[in-house]
Order: sequence, then structure tokens, then C-alpha cells
Amino acid sequence: MFSIFWSFFKIGAVTFGGGWAMVPVIRKELVDCRKWVEDSEFVDMLAIAQSSPGPIAINTAVISGFKIRGVRGALVATLGSSLPSFLAILLVATFFLRFKESRAVEAVFKGMRPAIFGLLVAAVWQIGTGSVKDKVDITFLAIAAALLLLLKISPIVVVLIAGAGGLITGRLRRMGRLKSADGQQDGAQNKVDY
Amino acid sequence: MGLRTKSITDGWIANMYIKLLVSFMKIGAFSFGGGYAMIPLISREIVETRGWLSMPEFIDVIAISQGTPGPIAINAATYVGYKVGGVAGSALATAGVVFPSFIILIILGMLFLRFREVGFVKDMFSGIRPTVVALIAAAAFSVASTSVTGVVPAIVSGAVIIGILKFRLDPVLLLIASGVMGFFLYG
Repeated sequence: MFSIFWSFFKIGAVTFGGGWAMVPVIRKELVDCRKWVEDSEFVDMLAIAQSSPGPIAINTAVISGFKIRGVRGALVATLGSSLPSFLAILLVATFFLRFKESRAVEAVFKGMRPAIFGLLVAAVWQIGTGSVKDKVDITFLAIAAALLLLLKISPIVVVLIAGAGGLITGRLRRMGRLKSADGQQDGAQNKVDY
Repeated sequence: MGLRTKSITDGWIANMYIKLLVSFMKIGAFSFGGGYAMIPLISREIVETRGWLSMPEFIDVIAISQGTPGPIAINAATYVGYKVGGVAGSALATAGVVFPSFIILIILGMLFLRFREVGFVKDMFSGIRPTVVALIAAAAFSVASTSVTGVVPAIVSGAVIIGILKFRLDPVLLLIASGVMGFFLYG
């Protein structure tokens, strides 16, 4: 039990930048070092972790812990993987909230803010080229962008609509009705297309 | 009078803790795609709805998240929780953001380890995956107005985009460089 906690504590402590950065580290620890899960199982677990809401790293920890030692394993893995970031931010927050007004700290963060914008734009490009592959994907992207940016609809609602749309297009695809078809796959959504 | 004031304050504190817990459970339960894709939901809840952070302050939390271990959602939860309700608040907010993952993944784990194939989850995510791109674009959009405020910030943004896409530089390195630049330019 303690070895599960310790493994995930280490994973949580060494992975900076969150999410995707954690995945290779988790794989190395669970598959290569501890041999708790097999490689093919890990791929499946990752797919589940990515498709579920919440931080991907935490999702991966929960499902890995569950696979290794049931609900208790999941609890220990979750605690282990979230504790390092909790402690680190607590430390940073006490410092930052005290020195935020200082000119030097304010200057450093003022310099970093446009870099965050750059990171996000780069992520749009990187993730977009990987996950937008056909006309159906483009339609989903366009509808979601319109709902979020033009109509200011809550991200929660947009994701729920996208999930429902995915269920419909998935079924249509299996029935052979949808190959490279674009707009007509979802009656509820195409009214708000660009 | 003293007693009455105390009970009001207690009520306010309890209320604030509940708000922290509920807000972060909502973020944990509905943010798909992880990482940057969670930003629009977190900023809507924390900046727009609750007013716990200002937009520049939220961008600073994203910057801090890049340089500290762990997912952005957990970092935001811990930071906001601490700012609003001290150590107890940060523990509560962090527990709140993790809790939905915990329940959902255990349920999926039970189903998945038994049946091996979760077709409907795959279908759902085929719709959500392209949406994640729109979510990150929306995050970039909301960050732009408060962070790209002139010629120098625009140059920094452009340099970061080129640095990542063309030269495959480490984002943390680029953040540190822009922070150092800010120190000398604005300090």
C-alpha cells in the first residue's frame, strides 16, 4: 500500500506543466519499474482517463490505483499524486500573496502574461492538428467555437452538447450513413453553425 | 450583540467553504480534455461567477502552474482555496476538484475491467476531442485582452508561439525568459 502511495507521490512531484507531461512518467513507473500493469492495459486505461472529466494525471492515478488494489488503491494513488502539487502551491501561495505587491514580482509576472497567451495559441495549433481530422471534426470545432465565443455559452453546456453529438455521429458512422458527410449529422446543432 | 455577530460570521464562513467545495466539484466534474482545455471552465467559475480572482491574477496562476508540479486544475484549486479560506479552504477546494474524478474513474474502472470495451465513451469523446481545441482557443481569447496589451507583449507572444511550434523549445524555459525580461523591462 505504501509503495503505491510513494510511486504516485513521486509521479506527482516530478511532473511539471501538468496533464500530458505526466503520462510518460506514469508509464515508466507503473509498466517498466513496478510491472503493476501491462503496456496494452496502460493504453486502454489512458484512453479512459482522457475521455473522463477532470485532470488527466489524476484520472490516470485513480484508474491505475483501482487496477492495482481496488478502491483503497485508488484512494492512496489519488492522495499520493495530488499531494505534491497541493503542498507546492500552498508554499507558493503564501509567498505570492505576500509579495504580489512588490514591484519585482509584479514585473516578472507582467512579463510572463503574454507568454501564457503564446502557449495557448501554440497548444491550439498542436492539439488541433492532432485531433481535427475530417469534416465532422471541423464541424464540431466550428460549432463549439461559435457557442463559446459568439454566444458566450457555458463551457459545461458546450461539452455536454459535443458529447451528445459524438454519440449520434458515432452511431451514424457505424450504420454507414456518415463517411465524409459534414453538416447534417446533428439536427440540434447545425442551426448555429458559422 | 457579540453572540449574534459571531453566529453571522460563522454562517458566512460555512457558506464560503460550501461555495468553494461546490465550485471546484463542478470544475472537476465537467472539465474534459485536461490541461489548457480546463481553463475556460475554471475562469468562468472563479473569475466571472465568483470573483475570487481577477483575470490577470488567474493568468498568473496559470504561469505558476507551469513551473510547479501537478495539473492546472489542482494548482488553481489550491491557490484559490488558500486565498479565499486559508489552508482549510485550499484543502477543501483541492478535495472538491479531485472528488468527481475519483468517483467517475472507479465506476468506469469497474465497467471497463469487466467488459473491456466502452464504445459509448469512445463515441462521446469523438465529439468532445475537436471541442477541446475550441475550448483552448476560447482560453487564449479571454487571456488575450488582459495580457497582450501593447507592442512588446505582442512580440513576446509571437516569439513564444514560434519558439514552441518551430524550434520545439520548452514552455517553462520560455516562461522563465519572459519573466526575466519583464523584471528588467518593468521592474
